[in-house]
Amino acid sequence: MSTNTIALPELPTTRPLTLRLHEWVTTVDHKRLGILYILYALIFLALGGIEATIMRLQLIRPHNGFVSPEVFNRMFTMHGTTMIFFVAMPMVFGFANYLVPLMIGARDMAFPRLNAFSFWMSALGGLFLYFSFFGGNGLYGAGSAPDVGWFAYAPLTAKTFSVGHSTDFWTLSLLSSGIGSIGTAINIIATILCMRCPGMTFGKMPLLVWLNLVMAGLVILAVSPLSAAQIMLVVDRYLGGHFFDTQAGGSAVIWMHFFWIFGHPEVYVLVLPAFAFASEIIPVFSRKAIFGYPVMVLATVAIGFIGMSVWAHHMFTIGMSAGANTFFVLSTMAIAVPTGIKIFNWLATMWGGKIRYATPMLFCVAFLFQFLVAGLTGVTLAVAPLDWQLGNSYYVVAHFHYVIVGGILFCIFAAFYYWFPKVSGKMYEEAMGKLHFWLFFIGFHLTFDFMHIPGMLGMPRRIYTYEPGRGWDIWNLIVTIGVVFQAAGILVFAANLVWSYLRGRTAGNDPWDAWTLEWSTGSPPPEYNYAVIPTVRSRRPLWDLKHPEDPDWRYE
Amino acid sequence: MSPTNIFAPASTPAQSIFGLSIFVLWTMVAIFVVVFSLLVYAAVRFRSKHPYEASEPAQIYGSTQVELAWTVIPVLIVVALFLAATRVILAVQNAPRPPGALEVIVTGHQYWWEYRYPQLNITTANELHVPVSDPAHPRPTFLTLLSADTDHSFWVPRLGGKTDLIPNHPNQMWIDPQQTGLFLGQCAQYCGTQHAKMLLRVYVQSPEEFERWVHEQQHSAQNTSSAGERVFESTACINCHTVSGTPAKGKFGPDLTHLMSRETIAAGAAPNTPETLRLWIKNPDAIKPGSKMPAMGLSDRDLDAVTAYLDTLR
Amino acid sequence: MSALSIGLPESNFEWRLPSRGRVGMYCLIAAEVAIFTIFVVAYLFYLGKSTTGPQPKDVLHVPVFYTIYLLSSSLTVHVAVRKLIAGRMAAFALLWLLTILLGGVFLFGTACEWMHLIYDEGLTISTNLFGTTYYSLVGLHAFHVTMGLLALTTVAVFYYAARLGREHAERLEILSMYWHFVDAVWVVVFTVVYVIGR
Repeated sequence: MSTNTIALPELPTTRPLTLRLHEWVTTVDHKRLGILYILYALIFLALGGIEATIMRLQLIRPHNGFVSPEVFNRMFTMHGTTMIFFVAMPMVFGFANYLVPLMIGARDMAFPRLNAFSFWMSALGGLFLYFSFFGGNGLYGAGSAPDVGWFAYAPLTAKTFSVGHSTDFWTLSLLSSGIGSIGTAINIIATILCMRCPGMTFGKMPLLVWLNLVMAGLVILAVSPLSAAQIMLVVDRYLGGHFFDTQAGGSAVIWMHFFWIFGHPEVYVLVLPAFAFASEIIPVFSRKAIFGYPVMVLATVAIGFIGMSVWAHHMFTIGMSAGANTFFVLSTMAIAVPTGIKIFNWLATMWGGKIRYATPMLFCVAFLFQFLVAGLTGVTLAVAPLDWQLGNSYYVVAHFHYVIVGGILFCIFAAFYYWFPKVSGKMYEEAMGKLHFWLFFIGFHLTFDFMHIPGMLGMPRRIYTYEPGRGWDIWNLIVTIGVVFQAAGILVFAANLVWSYLRGRTAGNDPWDAWTLEWSTGSPPPEYNYAVIPTVRSRRPLWDLKHPEDPDWRYE
Repeated sequence: MSPTNIFAPASTPAQSIFGLSIFVLWTMVAIFVVVFSLLVYAAVRFRSKHPYEASEPAQIYGSTQVELAWTVIPVLIVVALFLAATRVILAVQNAPRPPGALEVIVTGHQYWWEYRYPQLNITTANELHVPVSDPAHPRPTFLTLLSADTDHSFWVPRLGGKTDLIPNHPNQMWIDPQQTGLFLGQCAQYCGTQHAKMLLRVYVQSPEEFERWVHEQQHSAQNTSSAGERVFESTACINCHTVSGTPAKGKFGPDLTHLMSRETIAAGAAPNTPETLRLWIKNPDAIKPGSKMPAMGLSDRDLDAVTAYLDTLR
Repeated sequence: MSALSIGLPESNFEWRLPSRGRVGMYCLIAAEVAIFTIFVVAYLFYLGKSTTGPQPKDVLHVPVFYTIYLLSSSLTVHVAVRKLIAGRMAAFALLWLLTILLGGVFLFGTACEWMHLIYDEGLTISTNLFGTTYYSLVGLHAFHVTMGLLALTTVAVFYYAARLGREHAERLEILSMYWHFVDAVWVVVFTVVYVIGR
């Protein structure tokens, strides 16, 4: 047989833009989908931030006329809905998508096509929500963006009180992203359960993987009730149903129960991945293994379970019986215990270490301080009689922003800086990272520390203006000033990402001298992740390789 | 000092909550100081001395005793807080109603407050009058909370915690203000466009002043046979408003029988003066855009006449 | 730095993990259970609270036969998969089609019941709380039966296009888990609506 030499066609050095975009739009690769989720979240972070800025400008002084009450009410509704569903959730899913297969030594998620489908359903949700600015006017010229608050209490959402289609865009957008969320959660669970590399038993998975597993379980149990409640709302609004129709004997309170059965576990869905980042980053930058791995796992599972039983602490003022109120005080207090244990374990990880303060660690240490405060203000709210005063006031707004911004967003920033070298192959600019940190830290504290005070002085939430002479003016001014610093920090962050991606120096596989599997493959990883599926013997496979004289598996 | 400060209680429920809050806040401060100090110490003391150290520190994987300690102590703190909270929950929610208690039925509307005193046959709006309560001989006011439309919440911080007004879900709360004076608050559950201007004014009066107020409120309006009264009764005003003693029996808007006995209009959004009253009738959106009061489209002459008539409703 | 090769050269121990399809289906079923639970809770909460209109015990008749048909279809689908594993293709096809038929008859029964309720008893989704919660719950279930039937029919199409073989048995078993779930939901709905609710 004669051998023919085959002339390979010359590959063009740069492929056309349309082809590259097409690859991204049709990708089923978990790494690309992870990046799409994260970029999507960043865009909506900017939109949500603009909405917050508009609100803070309106509230900078009493009886301000920067925007009308209708616009303000749309702003707080859109800000809350955007930040929870189209910033925090996509961030969480994006990082999970990117990191989980790499950290368990797999080549992709369990269901790549479901992965893509879920991303695009989530993305569609955001488009529906923002389309409402144009399309919410419906037949009657009423409505625009939804203005019913992000938890959309009945009967304000009934057709009588919310004319036009604004509420329907809210419902539709969340039904769509809910399908995406459940799809991703199924994928995460199946991936973790069925695709771990040889040797990686449950007790040897990185904590990030454990935390995302419990998060995915919570999504499945919690997002579904929200979808059910929204279907009921659609039945009420379009088929004449009476689920929440108080005039026909329906109950407004049952919407609250259904919503918060979703709403409370939702915050654990957001915070567990933040804990995951802290649990990976703090050990590496303290140069020590995480303290108390088994307890951290137990605490996570406990949080998952107890978190399903605390929901009515959002309803202490609605007139439940003393018995019901007491039960929810107890369950809410109970969940403070495993959460506090985690803080102690991170602290113990730092203890006796050799801490390196690169940008990721700065954000994690700030997270520890801020999450401590957020947890403590949460405990004050768990005491139902205190909630009778502080509930639905700016104290609550301050508390949950402390958790979501001071806790979750700080960890997300830490994760950005930590894994940016792996995802892009380039190092970010450290000085810009530190500048981002300090600007944002100052802005965060100006805004959210002082925000507790108007709450304690009687200022309720969701008001487009307030009366002078109640002692709220100066605090609102300071709160608004903090926005400037936060915005500046975000701009520095975005600039750093772009600049470093284009001009950063090469990062190499393992710039941090870390210990989990993803640092053993290329930066960025090849499409197939690992040429040879690894076999592991401990929780820190790369520590074992780097320290053959003292491997982890002797101590686990 | 802020008139709506939760730390300046003037009534038993607010005082119980205040006492509990001192205990809780000091506990939180103590925990914060301890953990914060440890964090600061760890963050500073264990800094790496050199940028790229060759040796790793000792790897400590865990410690059962330490884990037990920092589980047990939080559990004990949680139990203490839980018991303290339960005590106040029971004291406030299950307080018995003494026989001399005043009863007021509060109905929340978009965006005003309706008050009915069934024992006294009074219906009024937006400004709640209650008698002061002497701790030796308490005369609390028990409020039944209803809603005509969406969810609202009654929050006057110095008198008590907030309780929501939810349609088809009656609620109960009570206050026993121990000082006379005006106590401020506002609706604390987002109820629609003008949620921010659904303000609360509670006038706590001495027993004599309260009796005088009750007496005034129980009278019907005088027939003035004025032009303004004719305008009022022949236009749509009577569809929404009640003026007792006249054909006006509307229930959708506030009862106006004793409008001039109030210091503010539009649920506290504006002072009750002839100019603002005239502006309110002419163009409510100028004062409270999105309120349910429509612009009546009256001529200037009719506006003047109606305002003059309303001025007689004392 | 080139990629490090990790760990032992060969994994010389047995490493068994559950099947992705199974785990995925269990998770989907868990999510669906959560959705149905909310509708069941609403149904139970609103029992006896309708202010006007027909009440359950006046208009509901226990659908014994259609329930038997639906529950039998669980049996037929289970045996069908067993036949496929054993390579008995004709028996498989027969039982699979029988499953679809039984499911279809159940849907037909639901449709008949609804026709009766709407036209003879005047009960619609907007009549009262009972109407709203009844049609939503039973309708949600019927929707899931429909989705299941579509999936089962798709499999039948593949079979008749000669594209289905014994190697697909596990996938069909996973699909049959969905069908069993739909039947289990019916047991709950039946108990709540026709037993407790009346």
